[in-house]
Amino acid sequence: MKHQIANWGNYPVMESDEESFVFAEQLDELIRKDDSFIPRGNGRCYGDASLSERTISTLKYDKILSFDVDKGIFECQSGITLDQVLIVIVPKGWFLPVTPGTKFITMGGAVGSDVHGKNHHIDGSISNHIIEMDLVLGSNEVITCSPNSHADLFEATCGGMGLTGMITRLKFRLKKIETSYIRQKQIKAENLQELIGLFDEHNSYTYSVAWIDCLKKGKNFGRSILMLGEHAALNDIDEEKKNEPLKLPKNKQLTFPFNMPSWLLNTFTVKAFNFLYYTKNFKKEINNIVSYEPFFYPLDAVLHWNRMYGKSGFVQYQFVLPLDAKDGLIAILHRISDEGLGSFLAVLKVFGKQESMISFPKEGYTLALDFPVRTGLLSFLDELDALVLKYNGRLYMSKDARMKPEVLAAGYPELEKFKAIIKKYNPDGKIRSVQSDRLLLTSPN
Amino acid sequence: METVLVLGATSDIGIAIAKKFASKKYNIQLAARKPAQLEAVQSDIKIRTGVYCTVHEFDALQYHTHASFFESLNPKPDVTISIFGIMDDEEDAFNDWALTERMINTNYTGAVSILNVAAKHYISIKKGDIIGISSVAGDRGRASKLIYGSSKAAFSAYLAGLRNKCFKENVHVMTVKPGFVYTRMTENIPLPKPLTSTPAELADIVYNGFEKKKNVIYVKWFWHYIMLIIKNIPEFQFKKMKL
Repeated sequence: MKHQIANWGNYPVMESDEESFVFAEQLDELIRKDDSFIPRGNGRCYGDASLSERTISTLKYDKILSFDVDKGIFECQSGITLDQVLIVIVPKGWFLPVTPGTKFITMGGAVGSDVHGKNHHIDGSISNHIIEMDLVLGSNEVITCSPNSHADLFEATCGGMGLTGMITRLKFRLKKIETSYIRQKQIKAENLQELIGLFDEHNSYTYSVAWIDCLKKGKNFGRSILMLGEHAALNDIDEEKKNEPLKLPKNKQLTFPFNMPSWLLNTFTVKAFNFLYYTKNFKKEINNIVSYEPFFYPLDAVLHWNRMYGKSGFVQYQFVLPLDAKDGLIAILHRISDEGLGSFLAVLKVFGKQESMISFPKEGYTLALDFPVRTGLLSFLDELDALVLKYNGRLYMSKDARMKPEVLAAGYPELEKFKAIIKKYNPDGKIRSVQSDRLLLTSPN
Repeated sequence: METVLVLGATSDIGIAIAKKFASKKYNIQLAARKPAQLEAVQSDIKIRTGVYCTVHEFDALQYHTHASFFESLNPKPDVTISIFGIMDDEEDAFNDWALTERMINTNYTGAVSILNVAAKHYISIKKGDIIGISSVAGDRGRASKLIYGSSKAAFSAYLAGLRNKCFKENVHVMTVKPGFVYTRMTENIPLPKPLTSTPAELADIVYNGFEKKKNVIYVKWFWHYIMLIIKNIPEFQFKKMKL
């Protein structure tokens, strides 16, 4: 039965047949049908990567298969969400090796996007921690792949947006923790120059990320808050917390109840928000112990926060520029600030080195911004694309809903190799999405 | 720790109910026709909750095996929950006796067969709980649920009778009548959102009803009133309606 689906940006929206499976035999039956499809998890990529006229949902394929509590090795089906993994592993003294800014994504989706977190410069992206995984191809063949076995398939699946096959099982390494708390440091930076200096100065911190106010001009251009963190050791936490050092955070959740009218989001309100966000940190530097939840997942506290952008939705724009392209970063931020198109969140992060075929991260500065969908947005983003390419950058496919194929090709030097692997394992284009057709990774019917 | 037997554990509702009772620290016995499918459910329940969880082969249509199946369970379950059931296309079933017979024999005869065995055990030890998942479709016969509805009507009547028989023996029987539920079975049917529950919501309601020793529960609760209205339409009118 067709119904309307959209990913987190609520743009685009489309009619799709969504079917699910609980057992491998049921997936086998679904894939045997003639129609092409794209695997879909929790729909938390932003654009059209997991949209298609037919989707196969992994959400009911969410069982935990094994958990070696001594070695920290976790094995599960692909539809389990990170929040479910955390509930099981944190009380046993383990944490996700890499986590993005939301815990409401599936493990399969995490690998399909090869997600990164605040620790990318130390630990790399999620694919770095995968021991092996099972894929069901469009031909129904099941292949177990790892960095050593069917390595081409493994590499193209990490960040491959689901186009190589349906990930069904994953085994990965966890990170040891002594407590469920984070030793956090927040530093205010008056401008971009200061922020970049602070990033360099604190690059030994495991976790780092900055929130930038991109509407500020003049000497405060790029004013921001740098957030740094380490998993707190037992000695870092107070006596009360020591009673239960691995306690799970309380589940208190707000819901954004309706789509906010889009006129409410304008330069003025965004400026006001950013002002409040910046000045709530009264001191230059704050040091405290917080639960992992507000540190990693501040936005998860508000369910459906995407409704803030109204019915027409939003596009998230994330790019990475090489370390030597600071000028580019400044140029792009200026361009955004001049346009005044309004972004609540501009998140800056420094990536460490990463060599991979199709994954987004590479060494440099990555910036992510939200833009509510309005007239003129798409042509403005095309302009930004040109700037990103000029400074040897590239865009993140998980956020993308509108990039042109030549922008992808210019940003990813190994794209042809990736396409060849898709051809090898998905020769009939049985697995395809609106995005893969748009980006000419698969050929539209 | 008490043990719960889940009959029909491969269904979405069966898995949800097993997970719910496991989260309340009940040991779980998963039973289904294809036990191999349940390995992942078993490991999942064990790792998430730490309870003891076992897998058993059970075929509702093999009545002669039911006594030995129940006998083989060790320990004997404190709670037996019957969830299995099939809903074939009614037009197909009307035209094919084999389908009609299979639906009746699974939803009614098979359920009676295994629950008689469980009830005898509970009566003998003067303690125990039986939960039967029937359906609102059993509350009044209608064309679009001809065979399914009548098999569930029979099952509901059986559960009511069993409750009456077992009351003085300190054995409790609860009837659950779900309305619409989002499952794989209903994925391709448009369902009205406010009237439909998820398997997890249903499992929560079943568990709460079990704790409070309810007799009959509707899921969601307002189905009780919907069915009250449907049951009260005079037959001369009802027979003309398209339901």
